[in-house]
Amino acid sequence: MRTLLMLAMLGLAAGAPAAELKLEKEQLRLGFIKLTDMAPLAIAYEKGFFEDEGLYVTLEPQANWKVILDRVITGELDGAHMLAGQPIGSTIGFGTKAEIVTAYSMDLNGNATTVSNEVWAAMKSHVPADAQGLPVHPIKAESLKPVVDSFRAAGKPFRMAMVFPVSTHNYELRYWLAAGGLNPGFYSSSDVSGQIKADVLLSVTPPPQMPATLEAGTINGYCVGEPWNQQAIVKGVGVPILTDQEIWKNNPEKVFGVTRAWAEKNPNTHLALIKALLRAGMWLDEKNGANRKEAAQILSRSEYVGADYRVIAASMTGTFEFARGDKRSMPDFNVFFRYNATYPYYSDAVWFLTQMRRWGQIPESKSDEWFHETAKQVYRPDIYLKAAQMLVDEGKAKREDFPWTSDGYRPPSNEFIDGIEYDGRKPNAYLAKFKIGLQNGQKVEGGNVVAAR
Amino acid sequence: MSSQRAEGLSMKSNHAVLATPQPEPAAVAAEHPVAKPPVVDRPVSSRPAVRRRVSLDRLHSVLGMLGLGLFNPMIRLARGENPRAQLQELWKELGAPLIAIALFLFAWSRLSDGIETSLGKIPGPTAVWTQAGSLWTDHQAERRKEQEFYSRQEKRIAERLARDPGADTTIRKYTGKPTYIDQIGTSLKTVFTGFLLATLVAVPVGILCGLSSSINAALNPLIQIFKPVSPLAWLPIVTMLVSALYVSSDPVFAKSFLNSAITVMLCSLWPTIINTSLGVASIDKDLLNVAKVLQLPWPVRLFKLIVPSSLPLIFTGLRLSLSVGWMVLIAAEMLAQNPGLGKFVWDEFQNGSSASLGRIMVAVFTIGFIGFLLDRIMLALQNVFSFGRR
Repeated sequence: MRTLLMLAMLGLAAGAPAAELKLEKEQLRLGFIKLTDMAPLAIAYEKGFFEDEGLYVTLEPQANWKVILDRVITGELDGAHMLAGQPIGSTIGFGTKAEIVTAYSMDLNGNATTVSNEVWAAMKSHVPADAQGLPVHPIKAESLKPVVDSFRAAGKPFRMAMVFPVSTHNYELRYWLAAGGLNPGFYSSSDVSGQIKADVLLSVTPPPQMPATLEAGTINGYCVGEPWNQQAIVKGVGVPILTDQEIWKNNPEKVFGVTRAWAEKNPNTHLALIKALLRAGMWLDEKNGANRKEAAQILSRSEYVGADYRVIAASMTGTFEFARGDKRSMPDFNVFFRYNATYPYYSDAVWFLTQMRRWGQIPESKSDEWFHETAKQVYRPDIYLKAAQMLVDEGKAKREDFPWTSDGYRPPSNEFIDGIEYDGRKPNAYLAKFKIGLQNGQKVEGGNVVAAR
Repeated sequence: MSSQRAEGLSMKSNHAVLATPQPEPAAVAAEHPVAKPPVVDRPVSSRPAVRRRVSLDRLHSVLGMLGLGLFNPMIRLARGENPRAQLQELWKELGAPLIAIALFLFAWSRLSDGIETSLGKIPGPTAVWTQAGSLWTDHQAERRKEQEFYSRQEKRIAERLARDPGADTTIRKYTGKPTYIDQIGTSLKTVFTGFLLATLVAVPVGILCGLSSSINAALNPLIQIFKPVSPLAWLPIVTMLVSALYVSSDPVFAKSFLNSAITVMLCSLWPTIINTSLGVASIDKDLLNVAKVLQLPWPVRLFKLIVPSSLPLIFTGLRLSLSVGWMVLIAAEMLAQNPGLGKFVWDEFQNGSSASLGRIMVAVFTIGFIGFLLDRIMLALQNVFSFGRR
């Protein structure tokens, strides 16, 4: 009854209800992975934003990223929480081939890298310390190099896990390792393990299983979203050493993906979904994060992320605990709306494409035009802005919160751990700047990097 | 085949023990002359003592049939039979198990206290009990949310109708999470679907095998090869087949439901086939010869002779099938992500919260208890259908 009253009051506050969208489909099933960055979905459900748009949404946790993608493709799920690289990877046909589009970027940052206690003990002496004896951040991969070298000298492989071949984590971890002089390995068209010429062997593990796999000793470290890094501290199985925003400040992370066919068949439903998600994003970041505690409370329920409240709250409320007791303020650890976090920038898609090319997931060199065209196939700011316009018209959003005039490319930035400048308009020039990585005209053949004929 | 047959046999002796032979009322009366009712000129059934005895007898036999033989000594005590023997039996049937359970709980709470996992301490009996309570409160809270969901929806539809009288007024189903109780329901639904499918295939195949030794010889190698295959091996194949063959824009059953039901079916076929064919093969040859002499048409032969005489073994097979099915289901649900107890266990393992281990333990006991109940139901059916033979 009270909810009803509150809803009625909300309705009054928002003025006369705008003309309802004619929905093609009202009952939807959306998939997610148990990670804190699924928050916009949980909030849109719990706060009634989906229902306000006339959508009856069932949220369903999925076992891993491959399952999520497959079920979106087969239509068992209408849409899902996806890795930013998934719609791009499947559109260009790396892994499962399917046309997936995204009109909503779910968040910025939110990942971290954790190493086992054993590795941390060995690398600690190579990390510079500040006056209080705490390690200076960001911790560079140079300090991991001696540990990897000693592993190799002892004939043991050094293994790290990420969550999916086209995941942000894979590219971030690779970026960090390569910036510190460690080769994370190449992909080739015949060998998709991604371990060709690798100093550090990377492999896939589903996010919730990371702490258990680390504990079992199968891997020496991992890169994953929250709460699975904070969980490592709480369980005492590992030490988070750096967050992804230290590798690339305000990097795009998850997106909301649907198939192109679904988007074309259900344009109004798609708009309604984006509207609800936008309101959830705004709610998560409004009043300087005042709602984050409640959000962490909701996420800790077993049907969403299900980890303990204190583990989820650690990162959701703007702090991040590195080694036990070393808690630092990280107000931007999870960004859900500010800095135009939800706008699907072409330049973000281009960055993922450059990394796919850098590590051989795209086996041959491509022209700059190809990068731009591919990005435009997958990222759909047009739909995003349409939904935003409707919210502004209904009085539910502020006009100044959206980049109406953007051409889809962020301004060039050098806020990367190695200081290399990225300009999304010039992907090939960007690729030429890396010491480790495939160069223009190179390809991987028979376990070696060769110049293409 | 031999192991199944052995199980079938042990099952028979088992029910013989559980359905303790009931002494004839007359014999009881002779043993206890004191309890002999005075001869009064009234219809026998209306005498209160006799009526009580008759209803106790009935209860006795029903309990025996349900496999709840452990309550029988109490009934016999109430009936005034040799108290010492009854007490001894009571101790064996009820006292000893209760003490064993108490010892188990004590050892559990002692041992669990000392083991520290990365998810916290292994939960002891009290922690598990608390989690069972919290799952129940969760369930009630979810039901309340469901109520609110429907009332919100009604309001929205009313508003929509006020604006546009021709608007769509379909009531949408509740979109919240399935509660623990719902998961149990789904698991039962899945296992019974799989079991039913298995029965529909296995009984006819078993009868064919029993009737013709050539068919039996032909199918035996296949049965022996497929029988030991684990559900984990079937599941990927079933998943691929279902997604290739079950294409529909508005499916009646969820694919994940079909995947796990079919996996259950594939794993629970075998005990029924084997026991049915054994039952049919061991029908008295004289009966079949008589049927031949009388020139009974085959449907009559099948339904009046073959099926009834092999029912006890068919039910032995079904009972084994159902328990295999229940065991397999949990694994299948975990992998197929079909909602149910298996998925519940998996999700809690993934959550890794401090309550997770306790909740998984609750699921372990639920699975065990339901398995036990299913077995008792099948045992009761088995006893009902083998009455004629005792």
